[in-house]
Amino acid sequence: MKPDMTVNLAGITLRNPVMTASGTFGYGEEFAEYVDMESIGAFVTKGLSLKPRAGNPTPRIVETPGGMLNAIGLQNVGIDAFITRKVPYLRSVNTPAIANFFGNTVDEYAEMARRLDGIPEVAGLEVNISCPNVKQGGIVFGTDPACAASVVSACRAATKKPLIVKLSPNVTDVVVMARACEDAGADALSLINTLTGMAIDLNKRRPVLANITGGFSGPAIKPIALRMVWQVAKAVKVPIIGIGGIMNATDALEFMLAGATAVQIGTASFINPGAAQKIAEDMETWLIANGVADIKSLIGALET
Amino acid sequence: MQFTAMILSNVEVSPGYWRMRMTAPPECGSARPGQFMMVRVNGAIDPLLRRPFGIFDVGIYMPAQSGAVSQPYLEMLYRVVGKGTAMLSALHDSDLLDVLGPLGKGFDLGAADEEKLIVGGGVGLAPLYLLAKELVKESKVRLFAGGRTRDDILCITEFERLGVECYTATEDGSLGECGLVTEALLRRLDQLQGRATIYACGPNGMLNAVAGIAKQREIPCQVSLEGYMACGVGACLGCVAPGQSHSPETPDFRCVCTEGPVFESGELKWRD
Ligand SMILES: Cc1cc2nc3c(=O)[nH]c(=O)nc-3n(C[C@H](O)[C@H](O)[C@H](O)COP(=O)(O)OP(=O)(O)OC[C@H]3O[C@@H](n4cnc5c(N)ncnc54)[C@H](O)[C@@H]3O)c2cc1C
Ligand SMILES: Cc1cc2nc3c(=O)[nH]c(=O)nc-3n(C[C@H](O)[C@H](O)[C@H](O)COP(=O)(O)O)c2cc1C
Ligand code: FES
Repeated sequence: MKPDMTVNLAGITLRNPVMTASGTFGYGEEFAEYVDMESIGAFVTKGLSLKPRAGNPTPRIVETPGGMLNAIGLQNVGIDAFITRKVPYLRSVNTPAIANFFGNTVDEYAEMARRLDGIPEVAGLEVNISCPNVKQGGIVFGTDPACAASVVSACRAATKKPLIVKLSPNVTDVVVMARACEDAGADALSLINTLTGMAIDLNKRRPVLANITGGFSGPAIKPIALRMVWQVAKAVKVPIIGIGGIMNATDALEFMLAGATAVQIGTASFINPGAAQKIAEDMETWLIANGVADIKSLIGALET
Repeated sequence: MQFTAMILSNVEVSPGYWRMRMTAPPECGSARPGQFMMVRVNGAIDPLLRRPFGIFDVGIYMPAQSGAVSQPYLEMLYRVVGKGTAMLSALHDSDLLDVLGPLGKGFDLGAADEEKLIVGGGVGLAPLYLLAKELVKESKVRLFAGGRTRDDILCITEFERLGVECYTATEDGSLGECGLVTEALLRRLDQLQGRATIYACGPNGMLNAVAGIAKQREIPCQVSLEGYMACGVGACLGCVAPGQSHSPETPDFRCVCTEGPVFESGELKWRD
């Protein structure tokens, strides 16, 4: 018998727990050739801002063993172009689209939440309080519980759509941040965003990235992400989306055991543009092979 | 598209430079000159990301089995510079590779009555062979190939076989003229009667010089760029290059993998 793969994410029903991660799946369209959009649970847009943003100088990415560093600088088309040029595609696909966004000030965050709230094709909002790349940007909000709470409550007041808060791992205690965001009105938490890292070119005696530091992602970060999801899952009541180094169905199912209701596939989509679909299919195969009738029974089912 | 290719041959054509031929699905038969592919070196996580390579040649081969139908093959010409390319060079006939492609926007072949001047530096010749193959069908084609030493001048006999007139220059004088290949290009431009188009691929310094020459002489010029690529499909925005109006105050970035890798040189920002 086919297992029940559906999960409920803060009121959004996902056909399966597999989502794509912001910044790794464009605006969806880029992957239409490689992924059957209706085989995944939901997809998340590139981080959006009020004004278009050109991003950082190059080099913007570099590979390191088992991972990559990026300092894209939140390049995006801006909310206006998103509405005119990208939303029509979202309309054509029968899969929930989550809009990821950020701002430079609490007011900008709230304004973005208000603008996105008015787009029927957007099923939910994911607020990035954790981008480590931009000097005045996310990191300030995502590493201080009071700042994070002020962003979340401002966004909460500006939208009725499900509000997901994406947490930064670059903090001393992720549980403190998670609780602050839950208390401020988050409907769900997604974690983790990238870890701040750097790479050096010895011969040139220079940093490899033009931005010097960048966000570390890929399979190398999985153990950290898994630990944080497990810690946060024990501490909050809202659903959690596990992100970080997920390359295959095994990784994704481990995140669910640790307490995630859904997962996001990031860097893996660069390596295999069809990764999200393949992972969703392989998770179902695992459930069948292991006689699990309902994937929801795995959420937080870790035995310790 | 994404496909599994079987390696048909993988040979070192000059010290450190390799040429690999692989099977490709029928759709790849129409790959355009200047397009590229993203190759997954192996199934492990180190190297993690795919590596981008130009398409050196496309052709048709007949598999050895009886009753087999002819099938396209793709070739790439690559230089061993690091981990991924070293691993590629160790692969053998009948090994399998996971390939994404053909990707990006290729060269515009221009008008038949123009003289085509192709400029390549080192492994920058890789996407220019397929280009030359197309261009010689209609136009007079000249190739200007430069490199540090003779080992960096690749596959010249292949170009000559197409009927391309080849000029070579090496910095150490070990093959052709001693110096930069742009000197020969300039001399040709001085003699030029009628219209011409320049096509270039190679190290940034060379592209910069060629773009400058093209601008000064008001000759259309297309360049093929490289960039650090993670995805190859326009999603990561890692591969961008500064556009013509770029400045720190008014950033203007072009996406190399989807808007390029081939650009009109006038679209881009060059050092003066
Ligand atoms: C559109 C495009 C087409 C290309 N076509 C060819 C080709 O036809 N033949 C060929 O030999 N090479 C080509 N390259 C460059 C090739 O992709 C790199 O040489 C290769 O990725 C290096 O991999 P590696 O693992 O061996 O090196 P690494 O160990 O990753 O790095 C070794 C060195 O190569 C440089 N490098 C690494 N990745 C890239 C990259 N993506 N772009 C530029 N430099 C890089 C690094 O700065 C480093 O100094 C192309 C690149 C692009 C973007
Ligand atoms: C190139 C790149 C761009 C990213 N851009 C964003 C972004 O705009 N907003 C955001 O919230 N996260 C962004 N991220 C973070 C990812 O969504 C994800 O949290 C992170 O990469 C960890 O997951 P992974 O290891 O599966 O890639 C980006 C990641 C990468 C690699
Ligand atoms: S390589 Fe990812 S956008 Fe060009």
